[in-house]
Amino acid sequence: MSTALEHPTYNYKVVRQFAIMTVVWGIVGMLLGVLLAAQLVWPELNLGLPWTSFGRLRPLHTNAVIFAFGGSALFATSYYVVQRTCQTRLFSDKLSAFTFWGYQAVILSAVISLPLGYTTTKEYAELEWPINILLAVVWISYAIVFLMTIKQRKTSHIYVANWFYAAFILTIGVLHIVNNAAIPVTAMYSTSIYAGTIDAMVQWWYGHNAVGFFLTAGFLGMMYYFVPKQAERPIYSYRLSIVHFWALIMVYMWAGPHHLHYTALPNWAQSLGMIMSIILLAPSWGGMINGMMTLSGAWHKLRTDPTLRFLVVALSFYGMSTFEGPMMAVKTVNALSHYTDWTIGHVHAGALGWVAMITIGSMYHLIPRLFGRTEMHSVSLIAVHFWLATIGTVLYIAAMWVNGILQGLMWRAINADGTLMYTFVESVEASGPGYIVRLIGGLCWVVGMLIMAYNVTMTVKRSDVAEARQPLAQTA
Amino acid sequence: MNYLWNDSLSSFWSAWVIVITLGSIGFAFWLLYANRRTDKTPDAEGNVETTGHAADGIEEYDNPLPRWWFQLYVATVVFALGYLVLYPGLGNFAGVLGWTQEGQWEEEVAEAEERFTPIFAQYEEIPVPDLAEDQEAMRVAERIYLNNCAVCHGSNARGGYGFPDLTDEDWLYGGEPEALLATLHQGRNGLMPSWQQLGENNIENLTQHVLALSDLEHEAERAEQGAAVYASVCAACHMPDGTGNQALGAPNLTNDTWLYQAPGQSVADSVRQTLRNGRNGHMPAQAAYIGEERVHLVAAYVYSLRLQD
Repeated sequence: MSTALEHPTYNYKVVRQFAIMTVVWGIVGMLLGVLLAAQLVWPELNLGLPWTSFGRLRPLHTNAVIFAFGGSALFATSYYVVQRTCQTRLFSDKLSAFTFWGYQAVILSAVISLPLGYTTTKEYAELEWPINILLAVVWISYAIVFLMTIKQRKTSHIYVANWFYAAFILTIGVLHIVNNAAIPVTAMYSTSIYAGTIDAMVQWWYGHNAVGFFLTAGFLGMMYYFVPKQAERPIYSYRLSIVHFWALIMVYMWAGPHHLHYTALPNWAQSLGMIMSIILLAPSWGGMINGMMTLSGAWHKLRTDPTLRFLVVALSFYGMSTFEGPMMAVKTVNALSHYTDWTIGHVHAGALGWVAMITIGSMYHLIPRLFGRTEMHSVSLIAVHFWLATIGTVLYIAAMWVNGILQGLMWRAINADGTLMYTFVESVEASGPGYIVRLIGGLCWVVGMLIMAYNVTMTVKRSDVAEARQPLAQTA
Repeated sequence: MNYLWNDSLSSFWSAWVIVITLGSIGFAFWLLYANRRTDKTPDAEGNVETTGHAADGIEEYDNPLPRWWFQLYVATVVFALGYLVLYPGLGNFAGVLGWTQEGQWEEEVAEAEERFTPIFAQYEEIPVPDLAEDQEAMRVAERIYLNNCAVCHGSNARGGYGFPDLTDEDWLYGGEPEALLATLHQGRNGLMPSWQQLGENNIENLTQHVLALSDLEHEAERAEQGAAVYASVCAACHMPDGTGNQALGAPNLTNDTWLYQAPGQSVADSVRQTLRNGRNGHMPAQAAYIGEERVHLVAAYVYSLRLQD
């Protein structure tokens, strides 16, 4: 049709690419997680090879699930949401294509360099300097595409989802560049420009804000679009979104020192990390309330819509882990929980329960629309996936709670004569059953992701890809 | 009021921390307070009218902040401010409780010393061989051993590659009470120099000679040639007959016990490696870690190992 040619369209190509890679990297990252969980039960599974040892695959797992899976999901949804809510095409097709290929190149470099043993040793920032420079360039391009698209919007208002995406993109850029500042020594080796306690503080300023901005703010952006869309209900409170957005991004910046309780970090800095983490509780819950209350009047839809179930359960886990986080930041609780499996359980309550669930719910909404269909190939397979993911998450975090508290208590138990009641290795032995339960939880997740991959493949196969049109009449 | 301030920050940076901390908490609170009310009235469903704009069809209500959430927010801010009065946080202001992590640690250690020192003090008076016969004392000692020594010497004290077996008769520095106490108190540094400068031929001859000393399979001719080198280079520490010298920590080479035989390695290869590269043995001094009284108990525990089975 001739009118279709003249009609302005959205750029869905890059969204489709990132959406598909979300599923692919989700499977890769979670498979690695399952392998690592199995290695903790049966250490021989490291095959006695350096490339498959726990120490090298663990950073690959975290990079793959956070940055490859989570990152691709954030790229896909932010590009989709910013176009839909600003009613304009992405700022530049070429630059957005560069962000896709550049970002995938960064991930591939991680897949190669981490098993080979190249690492800066900074947690969640292990990649060496040449890869970091590429990532910085990609990220600045991402910021340009996203912010210029907002600038060219045809609506008067900037929708709340875009505030969160913009905060996530800008802050991650700053965090990445500052934390990775290093002096290159060889092509794949560098030394941090920070030393000692300051290096640790910069690292955890980065580390906790990677949680706060990458895994929280970014995915809240996702939540603010896909929850009201899927529920077909208005957002509960605009006022609440203003308060919790500004409070969240301001207070998160302070929370890093709670990773360094009872260390060489000065007392005052530890205290500030702790109290700001506690103040963070209400702003974090603001997002949960706004998502949950948006469903009022639409709760009955949960019975028939497994996609919405993903989104709502994600919000529940979000609420749970953002309560757990401030609690674990309290020094007396931290003295028990720190260095135990409780921390790993907490991270996965957020990573599986919140990040992965909200991503998957959003993808089940997004993917059929990207490929010209009204819904996924099989809605009942979404329901199967939902139960596998929920049960898997519960098994995982329950096992880690038990292990964590067990380890914390065993390490501090003393006899009447003041000697330690247990040696370290006894606490490792006691953790065995928990490691098996965790492995089962992880397997549930991988099976669920494989079902998703099948469902997505079938949906894409019968796609009717047409460039989506922008609405003609703008309602401001 | 001097005790309320510590001197870790300059006055400028202290003021900086105080201003941005209170400023940030103030901002967080102002944000909440400024948005606490809405002038709009709820509709039939209880929702306040929407803001009037829609994004891709998504509308937004302008509901007031939930009351319980508002109160939770205020409570956390009040807690934070209270904490900053009591504990260090506002720059150099140390908090009215004067708490520090170092202080907490010192307090806990002092408390533990007071509680547990008498328990160990009663053992300190007892000579090591007698203490080794005391079942209850050895149960305590075993726990100290398992948490401090087992990581190198093994939970069964049989040692491992580079870590001496404590259950056999072979002692680098002696197994009598005084020697054990000296090892535990002051630690030991064993040094076997590298003899690379002797050349590969001499190293091979010496290797065969050392194998001969322990009656292991060897090349007789080379062993004989090695004897002369042994006498001039090795005998000073390992003694002419190869039985070693506990005053120096020079191991006995005649009893077929090889501390540095790596898993899967032949004795000959291990000896060659030692001759070429030398060895450094390090037993850390324990008195500073576990305290004098516990050293005494551990010495008795190691002594008791020879009494078992």
